[in-house]
Amino acid sequence: MALAFTPEVDREFDRIVRRYPNRRAALIPTLILADREFGYLSREAMDYVAKRLELPAAWVLSTATFYTMLRKRPTGKHHVQVCVNVACYLKGADQLGDHLKKRLGIGFGEVTPDGLFSLEGVQCLAACGTAPVLQVNGAYHEDMTPEKADALIQSLRTAPAPGGATSGPGGAV
Amino acid sequence: MSATPANPARGHLLRCGPGESLLDVAKYQATGGFQALRKALAMPPAALIDEVKKATIRGRGGAGFPAGTKWSFLPKDNPKPRYLVINADEGEPGTFKDRYFLEQDPFPLLEGIAISAYAIGAHTAYLYVRGEFVRGIKVLEDAVEAMRKAGALGRSVLGSPFSLEIIVHPGAGAYICGEESALLESIEGKPGRPRNRPPFPAVAGLWACPTIINNVETMACVRLVLMHGADAFLAMGLPKDGGPKIYGLSGHVKRPGLYEAPLGLSLRTLIYDFGGGTIDDRPIKGIIPGGSSTPVLGPDALDVAMDFESIKAVGSMLGTAAATIFTEGTCPVAVLLRISRFYAHESCGQCTPCRDGTGWLERIVESIEHGTARPGDCDVLLAAANQIMGNTICALGDAAALPVISFVNRFRDDFEAHIAGRGCPYGAA
Repeated sequence: MALAFTPEVDREFDRIVRRYPNRRAALIPTLILADREFGYLSREAMDYVAKRLELPAAWVLSTATFYTMLRKRPTGKHHVQVCVNVACYLKGADQLGDHLKKRLGIGFGEVTPDGLFSLEGVQCLAACGTAPVLQVNGAYHEDMTPEKADALIQSLRTAPAPGGATSGPGGAV
Repeated sequence: MSATPANPARGHLLRCGPGESLLDVAKYQATGGFQALRKALAMPPAALIDEVKKATIRGRGGAGFPAGTKWSFLPKDNPKPRYLVINADEGEPGTFKDRYFLEQDPFPLLEGIAISAYAIGAHTAYLYVRGEFVRGIKVLEDAVEAMRKAGALGRSVLGSPFSLEIIVHPGAGAYICGEESALLESIEGKPGRPRNRPPFPAVAGLWACPTIINNVETMACVRLVLMHGADAFLAMGLPKDGGPKIYGLSGHVKRPGLYEAPLGLSLRTLIYDFGGGTIDDRPIKGIIPGGSSTPVLGPDALDVAMDFESIKAVGSMLGTAAATIFTEGTCPVAVLLRISRFYAHESCGQCTPCRDGTGWLERIVESIEHGTARPGDCDVLLAAANQIMGNTICALGDAAALPVISFVNRFRDDFEAHIAGRGCPYGAA
């Protein structure tokens, strides 16, 4: 079946396009919308956005592949990102990352077999005063410890599907 | 304005503390909100620009360029529309100040934007927010809507003939888009590759129209200038560096976080008085004073004042005034590796010295940390860094080279010990 936005997402799409003096300026916000809606940006999803914005597919591909937050492959239902940059590193980000790898049985860049979790090391999330930091489906979890991470994973296991207020993941390492 | 806020976690810029927020537009109006904007709208734009110039607000994004002077670079006779663009692509490692305004206190930022847009004659302002700030984007969109309903945005701002729209534009995970010309490319829907200058954005910026790009905190400072007057604002800082400043503190300290003080605060006061000292009271080994690209300092710099000129005098930069501290027992090579890996990851790939050079820096630092480097590799590292410096379109190349040069020079013995001992003596690798 061909990809298409639901009527509700269509209204959001139109609202975004109307903000700008030309359609290309709407590209990144509408790619974020498509990424959220379709789970990631397959070539089919990129072509759909290109068609909707009446832009050359090559322009869309070149922008979509430049920005790390725009997912080019599927992630888990809960996408767990661990900041590994300097401030978090000084406060134990590696230990936190190792703990999560062991706990979930996957490495950075991998998805659990049940599709529930994926794990990724990311660059600075601009929350250095509350390091170390995790981001899960767009939500920040700060001042983390292995124990707090365990409790978070446990609550996510039983949580409903992430809501529409989330966006794609941050920059992959 | 008082000279020093009694509680350094609160002040003129930081109006609320961690975990608190000020998101109600009615409360904002009831406590003096939009009075600065009203005052501005009653002034001729030229007088307003003069007032901001007099306050010598140096840009809070890291470069420290005076905001009023930047505004006056706009050509007088260009018939194209003018744009104001606000850089909220906060991404320099160590820096986390703008997030305060985006998530906890958006109205002073938006009011500062409205004042600045009026001053420069822009009727559209783009607020470019890094995509990871999902919550901040939502807070800002709601705040823009609330401000419009309150009559402070739209066709007639506070009943005046001035019209303004503020558009919250998301980024999508690229540090380079914090570079102002890459940011413009990104708004235009393109990959964020910096532009050659000239022409400067003030002449040909967004869609080749005259464009001013300012930082979030700078906008909050513009509002303070209008509220209190340029003289009172100046009195908060130093003659050449006006106003209060948000300082960040992270790393091995007891109380990391955001603190506000007049420009010129000493590192000692920031770390020991505000931050409660280091974890386990260990001696300081290194201080990265203003984001990961600023050259690392040692404990001998504790009494240096954190203002643009004083930090420059000791060979570093104020940057974003976000200090990251590490104590004795920390491997400086491992710290540098995190920094070098970051810049290699974030290079846009446009200029060869940066695209290839940042990868070389990362690989050499990695080989030193892992004990596979050869004698003389410290000099290879310095040579590589020096060949990037000044040879690229934008400052990312310099940002990658400066920490390498400063870490090797300051901690040369540590680097050589890794090479001689074929491994990390700290056990960090």
